[in-house]
Amino acid sequence: MAEESNYILEVKHLCQHFSSGRGKNKLLVKAVDDVSFGVRPAETFGLVGESGCGKTTTGRTIIRLYNPTSGEMYFNGRDIAGPMTKDLRRYLTDNIAMIFQDPIESLNPRMTIEEIVGEGLRIRGMKDKDEVRARVHEMLEKVGLTEEHATRYPHEFSGGQRQRIGIARAMIIKPKMIIADEPVSALDVSIQAQVINLLNDLKEEMGLTILFIAHNLSVVKYFSDRIGVMYYGRLVEIARGDDLYRCPLHPYTKALLSAIPEPNPITERTRKRIDYDPERDHDYSVEKPTMVEVAPEHFVYCSPSELEQYQKQLGL
Amino acid sequence: MAINPNETVLKVEDLRISFKAYGGMVQAVRGVSFDLKRGETVAIVGESGSGKSVSIKAIMGILAPNAVIESGRIEYDGMDLTKVSEEDFHKIRGNRIGLIFQDPLSALNPIMKIGKQITEVLHLSKKISSEEAKHRALELMHAVGIPEAERRFNQYPFQFSGGMRQRIVIAIALAGDPEILICDEPTTALDVTVQAKILELINKIKEERHLSVIFITHDLGVVANMADRVNVMYAGKIVESGTSEEIFFEPAHPYTWALLSSMPDLQTKERLLAIPGTPPNMIYPPAGDAFAARNKYAMKIDFEKEPPSFKLSDTHYASTWLLHPKAPKVDLPDVLRARIERMKGAK
Ligand SMILES: Nc1ncnc2c1ncn2[C@@H]1O[C@H](COP(=O)(O)OP(=O)(O)O)[C@@H](O)[C@H]1O
Ligand SMILES: Nc1ncnc2c1ncn2[C@@H]1O[C@H](COP(=O)(O)OP(=O)(O)O)[C@@H](O)[C@H]1O
Ligand code: SF4
Ligand SMILES: [Mg+2]
Ligand SMILES: [Mg+2]
Repeated sequence: MAEESNYILEVKHLCQHFSSGRGKNKLLVKAVDDVSFGVRPAETFGLVGESGCGKTTTGRTIIRLYNPTSGEMYFNGRDIAGPMTKDLRRYLTDNIAMIFQDPIESLNPRMTIEEIVGEGLRIRGMKDKDEVRARVHEMLEKVGLTEEHATRYPHEFSGGQRQRIGIARAMIIKPKMIIADEPVSALDVSIQAQVINLLNDLKEEMGLTILFIAHNLSVVKYFSDRIGVMYYGRLVEIARGDDLYRCPLHPYTKALLSAIPEPNPITERTRKRIDYDPERDHDYSVEKPTMVEVAPEHFVYCSPSELEQYQKQLGL
Repeated sequence: MAINPNETVLKVEDLRISFKAYGGMVQAVRGVSFDLKRGETVAIVGESGSGKSVSIKAIMGILAPNAVIESGRIEYDGMDLTKVSEEDFHKIRGNRIGLIFQDPLSALNPIMKIGKQITEVLHLSKKISSEEAKHRALELMHAVGIPEAERRFNQYPFQFSGGMRQRIVIAIALAGDPEILICDEPTTALDVTVQAKILELINKIKEERHLSVIFITHDLGVVANMADRVNVMYAGKIVESGTSEEIFFEPAHPYTWALLSSMPDLQTKERLLAIPGTPPNMIYPPAGDAFAARNKYAMKIDFEKEPPSFKLSDTHYASTWLLHPKAPKVDLPDVLRARIERMKGAK
């Protein structure tokens, strides 16, 4: 990666380890293990991988819901991995907002929509009630709701509407970056498309940078400029969406891609699934793997001999 | 066993089911008809709340107590399953028709060893010794791909991963040696690589055991992977049915169009054709075509009169006024047409 960073968010060698249990039952979970990536301004970076691979933990560590075990993180050049101060907390909440998977659980049932969406403004010291209200109404309109919705409570809304409320709450403070953690996974097919279109419109309109976390690869591919593939706490491949799908290099990426059923009976009849078995597919007993840029913008976690093989595969 | 592909093993006719609820009757299933032929897989696809699970719960005789079967028949082996006594259902459920749910945890007893959960079903279905039952259970565990079956036999559900649990549920469903297997979103809670393995497994045991399968899902990729024929459900009705090819390449109902074009595939670049609004409240289902309010092609009649089922081929039917000879001609949305061309060209 270039020394001169043109990234708005840069994560270097991030580790987030959790320990659970006590005594001899103590277990160390390396939820995020030596993860490095950067996100450019106004770019959408997709993070995919199967449940438990560390996507959510990565997002939560960036907004400092957890203290990182080790590693560096920078936002707009500023260190955001250091000791938590009032000032850093403020900086993070001003700049990065999060949208969650479950729109029901993430909204306080006792608050009206106006209170939920306007909370970010009040926390930032906006005291004028009319001004808050006007901004809330404006934001509701932007996400496809109306001002009549402002006085109601979350339970009065459908799943898709609740996710719109979650998006309005995140956007009202005009953050530079959004971390969207499975924002459409809990929604019905017909509603998913509405929310994806809304996020796309807001992204264009507000020049947002997005870290888009999901396990549906078609959605990630559609929505992201570049994609990072995670497996058991590690990033194993990073590439532009088209490159990743056209020439996947890491055997786990290949396995993941081979498993997505496509809505096409012709290709599905002949689908060949590829299995991934780290024990079988890699020999790291002598050569150790590192993250290498195999081709421009295409990074793979591999050993020197795997690198040679990948280069051949790409015709380099 | 010789399979006669035209033999109908199960036939659902004009099934109507409502639920007594606070605020009125929820009209969950509003005149559903479909059949299952021997050896085939029929998919039922639709959004949540469209009535998929309620329809198959009626087949299994496990409807909630507040359910009312208003009308219809479910023909199976000379019986009408809507009229069968609970006692007789015991002989059908598990032994002749097996069921796999979405959530394997809720289907398993958390405090019973999984071996026992399988042998219990075996004992219920025939008189066998406990050694024989254990032997059969291990065989079943093998068949569904559980490694180290002997050791796993004595473990509890929490000691299994989600995918392995679903395999156990499949083993239990197979224990009674059914001829029909109903799968209700069996892979929705699983990761894609695990899903792929479970789908392969279901297809494999289907071939080996000559099963006929009803497969419920909301994922069109999974439909394309599994189904010989497809029923598209919306607001308690089947709005279109056809072979997999007919549904994916010659869809006729605007709701099918919307489903097919609303999600991106790996090639999609253009803006998604989202379906506006939400599905209707089934206490007050709308008159006419229930999809009309969300359908930009809807005509006046769509809001007034329920469309009949129009026949497009011997296997392809759709309920939309657009197919009426006097209706204006409406073409497939361009996005969908382009996608279908691309799909047909893929190999
Ligand atoms: N607060 C926590 N304490 C202990 N373990 C955790 C915690 N949060 C997550 N984990 C573990 O870390 C791993 C990664 O979890 P997560 O980031 O939620 O994955 P994903 O979002 O990709 O599904 C999992 O094994 C999970 O059980
Ligand atoms: N026991 C019940 N009481 C009241 N309404 C019910 C009951 N079970 C299901 N319903 C309603 O019936 C409709 C169809 O549900 P279901 O068949 O489970 O949908 P799906 O297509 O997602 O499987 C929904 O509107 C649901 O809320
Ligand atoms: S795991 Fe091995 S020992 Fe156990 S039942 Fe299967 S073949 Fe026999
Ligand atoms: Mg997560
Ligand atoms: Mg269901």
